[in-house]
Amino acid sequence: MTTRTETPTLTTITQTSATPTATTIPIDTVTAAAVLTTLTIDQTTDMILSVCDAIMGNKEYLTEIDSRIGDGDHGIGMSGGMEKAKAALESGRPFADINSIFKTTGMTMLNSMGGASGVIFGSMFLSGAKGLPPMTELNGPALAVIFRNALDAIKARGGARVGDKTMVDALEPAVIAMDAIVTLEGTDSSNLILLLSSAEKAALEGVENTKNYAAKFGRAKSLMERAIGYQDAGATSVAIIFSAMYRYVSELFFSLSSHEKVILE
Amino acid sequence: MKKIINHDSNVIEEMLTGYLKAYSRYYERIEGFNSFVYKGRRKNKVSLVIGGGSGHEPLFGGFAGSGLADAVACGNIFASPNPQLIAETAKAVHEGKGVLFLYGNYAGDNLNFDMAEELCDLEDIQAAHVRVWDDCASAPKERIQDRRGIAGDVFVIKIAGAACDAGLELAEVLRITEKARDSINTIGLATSPGSIPGLDKPTFVLGEDDIEFGMGLHGEPGIERTTMKPVNELVERMYGELRKEMGLKRADEVAVLVNGLGSTTLLELNTVYYELDHHMHTDGLKVHDAEIKSYCTCQEMGGFSITILKLDDELRAYYDTACWSPYYAREEIGQQ
Repeated sequence: MTTRTETPTLTTITQTSATPTATTIPIDTVTAAAVLTTLTIDQTTDMILSVCDAIMGNKEYLTEIDSRIGDGDHGIGMSGGMEKAKAALESGRPFADINSIFKTTGMTMLNSMGGASGVIFGSMFLSGAKGLPPMTELNGPALAVIFRNALDAIKARGGARVGDKTMVDALEPAVIAMDAIVTLEGTDSSNLILLLSSAEKAALEGVENTKNYAAKFGRAKSLMERAIGYQDAGATSVAIIFSAMYRYVSELFFSLSSHEKVILE
Repeated sequence: MKKIINHDSNVIEEMLTGYLKAYSRYYERIEGFNSFVYKGRRKNKVSLVIGGGSGHEPLFGGFAGSGLADAVACGNIFASPNPQLIAETAKAVHEGKGVLFLYGNYAGDNLNFDMAEELCDLEDIQAAHVRVWDDCASAPKERIQDRRGIAGDVFVIKIAGAACDAGLELAEVLRITEKARDSINTIGLATSPGSIPGLDKPTFVLGEDDIEFGMGLHGEPGIERTTMKPVNELVERMYGELRKEMGLKRADEVAVLVNGLGSTTLLELNTVYYELDHHMHTDGLKVHDAEIKSYCTCQEMGGFSITILKLDDELRAYYDTACWSPYYAREEIGQQ
């Protein structure tokens, strides 16, 4: 077993969030008035920084997953890219808008990592906010659109589809889950905790599903059906990213709630 | 694992700086990037830019030189260089005649070099690419574009470099380079794993007495895992695969490379050639030229690969020109 630091391991994330849809959020802490629907520019920066920390903390774990069917460099690549992104975010803040946070993260990853993950994960952040009007706050619908754009860009560039044992297997279900929440909740009031818990759950299910697939891309491709039984490292990274965002908004919400002494039923 | 490095996060920087300082007479780094140019490159021609993940030295860095590549884009360990790095490398050597990118056919390299071509396009630099897919054990012939690039890179770089130096237009350089690529096959054999510098675990696990035919440079699975055998049996199997793949027959003219994967000794590699020569002679092949060296490696990985380049008059002409780098030097081969 590898030692993992800083963030919960994926296993523990799975355990704590196997059922964390909206209904498992402690109902006694939620009131109709106290729902987290937007993040400020500063909070969004912190959220993406928490994503960087989560990936860096899972470097060994991702390496181990990748080395079963890939060449074992996914953890190193992702962690290195996120380390650079973290430095760029810290030196670049305060940002003028939400878009710049995603652009800075994506460009830094794209121009430092190399490898397939550099292009794919760099594009995920870079393409997400590309073409959107500058935003001074991040709400649920915007977050859903960012990752929908990211998914479309990645599929166009890499040519992967669900079932090919790639990060798309986690990203696409997460995007669909977010779209569903936005549709359900309406475009103005999406609960970010609900949105991201659903996305995380869908991404984790996607990771589980990659165990059933033969690889169509990357170095695991030559294993074909022999890759069945093993989860995809890129999809695992996607799940870690959504887990970190979910964790960030949850912790933010509960800390805000306690500061504001929201009285609950 | 004992590894002669400082901290793993700085491995590429220190390795590259050491190399470029030692060979500063010939090479110059492109400021701010893990890439460099060959100072003595011929001007007013198509520029040849090669690259890929680091850790396979002397590929790719050892193949910039006279009659070879003009510049090299170096990635992190086993990971393709990024698009910006590749595009800056191309810009540094572009002479207005276009750039040919030459690299191994891996998902990461393809994605990054494609994006680099888009960046070049924005700056009106005409760029084309050839992906080397010589490893005939990595996928069946029907899926040739799924095959990986391994030691065959060496011969493709040699011929592409000569075609560029001949002053041909980009389209013609591209045609000849693709022809070289399509005339080359390689098959490998792994006896022990390599490692990623800084990681304690090997890139794959192979039993003490086990070997694997066709295993990739990064430990990608091959075509058969079996127990260790005498070299004559190993070479017989590998040559047989190549002969079948390439349809080799009497009087075919070939150039051959026996390539060590990192830790296999020259004594062993020479013995491989001893066996290989016997088979080629028996089949009546005309061996135009042969090389025995470790060019395309994976750290301390054990094993070797056999590469065969099938020559015709055109390819032979480009193969025969002189070239030089600190790792790959050939005299001009005259008319025989």
